[in-house]
Amino acid sequence: MTASASGPKLGPELGPVLAIEKASRSFGPVQVLFDVDFDLRAGEVHALIGENGAGKSTTMKILAGYLAPSGGQVLLDGAPVRFANSAAAEAAGVILIHQEFNLAQQLSVEENIFLGRKIRRGPFLDRKAMQAESRALLARLDCHVDPKALVRNLSVPNRQMVEIAKALGRNARVLIMDEPTAVLTTRETDVLLGLIDRLRTQGTAILYTSHKLDEVARIADRVTVLRDGHRVMEQTAKGFSEDAMAEAMVGRELSGLFPTPIAACGGPVLVVEGLSVPGLVENASFTLNRGEVLGFAGLVGAGRTELMEAVAGLRPRTGHVTVKGAALMPGSVRAARAAGVVYLTEDRKEKGLLLGKPLVQNLTLLALDQFLTGPAGVIIDSAAEEAALTRAITDFDIRVGDRTMAAGALSGGNQQKLLLAKTMLATPDIIIIDEPTRGIDIGTKQQIYAFIARLAQSGKSVIVVSSELPEVIGLCTRLMVMARGRIVGELSDGAVTEAAVVRLAMGMTEKADAI
Amino acid sequence: MTTGTADARRRTINFHALGPVLALLALVGLGAFLNDNFLSAGNVTNVLARSAFIGIIAVGMTFVITAGGIDLSVGSMAAFVAGVMILVMNSLIPSMGIGVPVILCGMVAAIVAGFAAGWLNGVLITTVRIEAFIVTLGSMGIYRSLVTWMADGGTLSLDFDLRGIYRPVYYDGILGISWPIIVFALVAIVGEITMRHTPFGRHCAAIGANEQVARYSAVNVARTRIATYVLLGMLVGLATIMYVPRLGSASASTGVLWELEAIAAVIIGGTVLKGGFGRVWGAVIGVLILSLIDNILNLASIVSPYLNGAIQGVIVILAVVLQRDKKNAD
Repeated sequence: MTASASGPKLGPELGPVLAIEKASRSFGPVQVLFDVDFDLRAGEVHALIGENGAGKSTTMKILAGYLAPSGGQVLLDGAPVRFANSAAAEAAGVILIHQEFNLAQQLSVEENIFLGRKIRRGPFLDRKAMQAESRALLARLDCHVDPKALVRNLSVPNRQMVEIAKALGRNARVLIMDEPTAVLTTRETDVLLGLIDRLRTQGTAILYTSHKLDEVARIADRVTVLRDGHRVMEQTAKGFSEDAMAEAMVGRELSGLFPTPIAACGGPVLVVEGLSVPGLVENASFTLNRGEVLGFAGLVGAGRTELMEAVAGLRPRTGHVTVKGAALMPGSVRAARAAGVVYLTEDRKEKGLLLGKPLVQNLTLLALDQFLTGPAGVIIDSAAEEAALTRAITDFDIRVGDRTMAAGALSGGNQQKLLLAKTMLATPDIIIIDEPTRGIDIGTKQQIYAFIARLAQSGKSVIVVSSELPEVIGLCTRLMVMARGRIVGELSDGAVTEAAVVRLAMGMTEKADAI
Repeated sequence: MTTGTADARRRTINFHALGPVLALLALVGLGAFLNDNFLSAGNVTNVLARSAFIGIIAVGMTFVITAGGIDLSVGSMAAFVAGVMILVMNSLIPSMGIGVPVILCGMVAAIVAGFAAGWLNGVLITTVRIEAFIVTLGSMGIYRSLVTWMADGGTLSLDFDLRGIYRPVYYDGILGISWPIIVFALVAIVGEITMRHTPFGRHCAAIGANEQVARYSAVNVARTRIATYVLLGMLVGLATIMYVPRLGSASASTGVLWELEAIAAVIIGGTVLKGGFGRVWGAVIGVLILSLIDNILNLASIVSPYLNGAIQGVIVILAVVLQRDKKNAD
């Protein structure tokens, strides 16, 4: 990894492989990109960073032929080019790896990797050869899934790996990676960054985006910062500190990403004893106090999400859950809600929001019973719904282009804020937030952290599940660590350090030592 | 960027919502042009009254499809419910005599039979987790076979004198508007309000759009889904109550292809076949379009009325093609 800044430089001496000049783009009356210059050179990793809605996606889509620029031009090997569509760009060796997975769920890994191209033997498909090549591509990523496995049965990180393998199989000259590590664990991220390093050495031009600025500092040669559709900075990555990047993105000084952690202000409100979910969680016990922000750390697949879903009534479970002294009925989301327990999913696209539905219908879905009027009390009060949306937009600083837009048209950070607003409408006392800031920018992260702190200050109790260690450590005074379906340790106050968490999560410390 | 897509989206939805209305108006214009009698009170009443059965069922079907389901059994179910209703009424005559109470008992029997049939479909689909298509394909065969068996291969006829008392339910009305039309209009209005302005309608659309999101949002997915089938079953019962006095009989050929017409009407009206979005008034427009085509073919004699089914089929396929365009536009 240390080679990243000093790898062999084939490209910079040659001209750019792919570039945009003075590119602008409007959607209807709204201009989202203003005269942006950006270029990619062979053997170089060029990072593109910016907040959600800064124009990163639009820039990438223009480069990869998904969108045409409204103004300015695209240059391929120095000559102006117009990609008719993404297939034309792919034919020219320009491949975009999507953040949202573009895989066919019902097909196997191999079929996905070879989607749209094939190896034949006579008139028949050469399954064996395709499987072997798939296996080889995945091995380069240190990913050992069976090429015959169905994509829908794969974990999210493995799907991302298949997506990358699919792009590798197409011999890309230019690889555009839209937040490839958003769903990967630290170890998988290391493997991916190693691979990017090798691809760079082989002369591939790479565009890399990530909200994780430490990765950008590690892997990038050059960094371009976008803010509100404008290019505000382009410079070599060497000497560009993470803090400086964050400030360039946000346009203001970012002091104190995390609010001061506050301690509990009361006794237990949620007591979980001996909770098990067959095959996923084993005998988990913990206590949440009033006004506390309790963290749950661990590797992806440690059973944190499953434990929380079981507490919130989304999964069948055994064991006892007591909320404010009363036993909670298992397996009922409504019972949990009535007891004041809500769960914010980590998967906002598939489980959190109805992407095709308007904002207001998303906002009130969980707490619809509070918006009833009419003589029989069965008619939804649209005026009250609209008022709730107005309040949510202000309170949560949701940036909407248009109040009637679909939730799916919001940027990731704003979707997360909408999901928060939706959950808070149910006026919960205990809020379980799973991956509160996955795939969202640093400015929004700060807002969400501040919001979580305010919740705790107002006497609510919060559980934060996160794979980003700085996040749980920065937010929480007490931390539970899970591994392989068990709670393996509890850290509090001074003992909460990254090293301690990692040791526990990897199973390196005895349980007794940690407590 | 987001504003632009949202604007484009609204324009397409408006266009697609208006499409069926324009088609209906065009058909009315065509009918009036081809035949002077087309707009006469008698013909209009006839078309509307005959639309009522499919229309009442289509309103229920809109909820089922919006919640991501399908029910192929409604035509057979109507025949079965009609059979049960006639058997119940005929068997009560010896003890209760011929009169209104017997007919009321028959009506209750129809609603109960519809409720039970819908509930069974719903439970098999949600609790036993069998595909809606398979469950209702199976129950379609079962009900059709049961009514044939109950009629012993022939026709079940309502007692002649009782039919005389029951007849006005189809043929009479208030202020010249016949009862089936009034009931259809009420069902459509209540259905439209339920779909757009109640939690039940909102929950149906949420389940159809993404069942997981609905579940995570504390929507009782199983109960809501069963409720859509129960609602549809009861509306099939209601449609049968309006239908039985028309002919006073039930046989193996009662309600044949009603499921096709009801589903077609729902889709023509702009409800998304995969679920997630439903438009009750659209289904009403859809039913009227299908009935008008039938009526015009019968009146105009340009195209053989025997080709009615073919024309309806073309329209259904066209409606789905238009829906796909809408999705692409998004």
